[in-house]
Amino acid sequence: MTWFTDHFSDVLTLTGKHVYLAGVPLILGLIIAIPLGWLARRYKVLYAPLIVGTGLLYTIPSLALFILMPVFIGTRILDPLNVVVAMTIYTVALLVRTVADGLGAVPESVNQSATAMGFNRVRRLFTVELPLAVPVISAGLRVAAVSNVSIVSVAAIIGVPQLGSLFTDGFRRNFTDPIVVGIIACVLLAVMFDVVILAFTRLITPWQRVRRAV
Amino acid sequence: MNALLTWLTDGANWSGEDGIPHRILQHLEYSLVAVLIAAVIAIPLGLFIGHTGRGRFAVVNAAGAARAIPSLGLLFIAVLVLGPRLAGDAAFIVPCEIVLVVLAIPPILAGAYAGVEEVDPATRDAAKGMGMRGFEVLTQVELPCALPLIFSGLRSGTLQVVATATIAATAGLGGLGRFLIDGLSVRDFGQMAGGAVLVAVLALAVDVVFAVVQRYAVSRGLTGRFGRRRVAPALAPDPALQSTH
Amino acid sequence: MIRFDSVSKAYPDGTVAVGGLDMVAPTGKITVLVGPSGCGKTTSLRMINRMIEPTEGRIWVDDRDTATMNAAELRRGIGYVIQQAGLFPHRTIVANIATVPLLLGWDKKKARARALELLERVGLPASFANRYPSQLSGGQQQRVGVARALAADPPVMLMDEPFSAVDPVVREQLQDEFLRLQGDLGKTIVFVTHDIDEAIKLGDQVAVLRVGGKLAQLADPAHLLAHPVDDFVADFVGRDRGYRGLGFQTAPALPLQAEPTVRLGATADEVRASGASGDWLLVTDDNRKPLGWIQPSRITASVESAGLHRGGTIASVNGSLRTALDAALSSPSRRGVVVDETGAFAGTVLGQQVLAAIESSARPPATDAHLAGSAT
Repeated sequence: MTWFTDHFSDVLTLTGKHVYLAGVPLILGLIIAIPLGWLARRYKVLYAPLIVGTGLLYTIPSLALFILMPVFIGTRILDPLNVVVAMTIYTVALLVRTVADGLGAVPESVNQSATAMGFNRVRRLFTVELPLAVPVISAGLRVAAVSNVSIVSVAAIIGVPQLGSLFTDGFRRNFTDPIVVGIIACVLLAVMFDVVILAFTRLITPWQRVRRAV
Repeated sequence: MNALLTWLTDGANWSGEDGIPHRILQHLEYSLVAVLIAAVIAIPLGLFIGHTGRGRFAVVNAAGAARAIPSLGLLFIAVLVLGPRLAGDAAFIVPCEIVLVVLAIPPILAGAYAGVEEVDPATRDAAKGMGMRGFEVLTQVELPCALPLIFSGLRSGTLQVVATATIAATAGLGGLGRFLIDGLSVRDFGQMAGGAVLVAVLALAVDVVFAVVQRYAVSRGLTGRFGRRRVAPALAPDPALQSTH
Repeated sequence: MIRFDSVSKAYPDGTVAVGGLDMVAPTGKITVLVGPSGCGKTTSLRMINRMIEPTEGRIWVDDRDTATMNAAELRRGIGYVIQQAGLFPHRTIVANIATVPLLLGWDKKKARARALELLERVGLPASFANRYPSQLSGGQQQRVGVARALAADPPVMLMDEPFSAVDPVVREQLQDEFLRLQGDLGKTIVFVTHDIDEAIKLGDQVAVLRVGGKLAQLADPAHLLAHPVDDFVADFVGRDRGYRGLGFQTAPALPLQAEPTVRLGATADEVRASGASGDWLLVTDDNRKPLGWIQPSRITASVESAGLHRGGTIASVNGSLRTALDAALSSPSRRGVVVDETGAFAGTVLGQQVLAAIESSARPPATDAHLAGSAT
């Protein structure tokens, strides 16, 4: 449609911002979630509090969290940092359980044979358990990615520019075109994240690929 | 922080149509109506698909697809397209409710379907072999065994709706979201933060209520809640079942 | 009585699970279907209660064609036990057992009372009534499965490898109790297993099926062991056929030798005074029940339980030639211990004597019916 071609560069800029706001928390969230998930699995006592605690965080509606961020981290309302921090919290909430379950899915026999061969705990974690937990963690990461893309658009309400701005813009001017473009762009972006994560996962898990080839 | 506390303790904010209690009730009302309608549609559908195995592909992909669609965009489109055809408040309420229902269906559907599907094939075989007809197998065996996951889906769906209803305030729906939006437009941080806190508390409260209901409504044989070795699972809803915020 | 009349099951992709099966499972007896994977034994069983529909042929249960009956009603009159029990996890044990009676419309109190009665019958404590299946072990769950199948007192029971999913010790207990139960109840049972030893132990008659669902031989266990109809059956029945076949032949009055014995706790002097000849001396308890053997030369203080050699099995005067031979073979002194009906020591028997009895006894005759195999 013509609106799209007229405003192509704007949409592109907004998409770039959106990728940043959705993607950075994804990476940060994963980095934080891995040790937390490992802790939850390693110390049974911690499992329930960690999982329930992060689950409760996820319960808080996004707009509320964006607005309350300044209270906790002292930024101004319009600061994109609010969004990044809030999204990281959501990503962590989603991934802690996934990481814990992924590590738990590694067959105990594999762990024991690794230990028997002389791997110490840290080495075993990085060379055996995490690689084998990748499929489960990756599935959770894809859910988080798609979820993030969608939630970030809400930040348009507090004025942070990204694809969601197309929604607020269109609504204010009673104009459906930008909204439709925005929805399509979000969906495409979510699909792209999904595909990229999936491709990366396939790359680092050659044993899964071989099985599928049989 | 001060602004937040001032606003929360101001008596004027606790009365009247724009008052906190009214907004809370509104929010709950809109949410519950949407969840009920979605449940009426999604639970039987999910049970049917799980029991017969037809339409699996659609269900498995529906939840994933729904997660990718930005709720804000959907709300705005719905209001812009349907609003002009309706009069008064309905111009905002109806489109928003429709979107809320549509967003609540995937998690509830996924829960109902997964619940039925997870029933042990041996149990199903035994039920049929004993002489239960299809409908009896569904109601006496599959449905009760699917309850944990059905509840899980309902819980996710409800939280989903409560969160989206908050955002829907921008599209004209009432509820607690109004405090966030109104506060934003007049730069009253106290009001914004107050609204945010209330919404967060409401969401948590709804979650806790669900957890309690689930604990007592589901057969002990399924949860393993015998006061011994096994820990009751699903203390928190699985975020992966929730679509968007 | 269950009758298979040229029953076949073919699938759309061409596989023939069962090809023209003709056989009769007599009333009040246990008929075991046994065979290698793919022989159609489970398929045949499940066609009886129409969990699978035959593509050809008819099945008659007590002279009623199953195809003409309402499937659900047919199944309510047939007990069905499967390998993983399939208990309803969301219901208590008592509720599980009472399922079919309640489906049939029994009064709730009556159904519950019946369930409790059956719980006891299958050897489970009444305290299990309000427990849930997840609290029970595999063997216990299987017993509940059997109780559930018996609840409405159906004349016919179908059992699909019911004891295969438990460990061998539990399996043997379940098999023994099952035989005891059947002795009391006398149901018409069709039992599927892949284990030929289980088939021989439990079956009144055994049907060996070939891959493709054809009947290779239908015979009672003794005849199956003594006269396998072809190489397939012979191989399937396995080795040690002659030895296992002895299990079905009651020992005639075997010549028993007297044997000096000592009581448990006897002193070394009493051991020396007992008149034992040779290396081994039998030890009994105060009721003359044999406990084990000792070597008199090794006894310094007194006869202790810890020093007993318990390797020998014990045969009974009414037992089979197999137990008599095994008693002789397994005894450290080569003298097999034999007890009377009360379990008290009756005498010993030598291997040679048992062999002599075996050779002079008649083998089960091969009749035309057993040699014919597939025709009934």
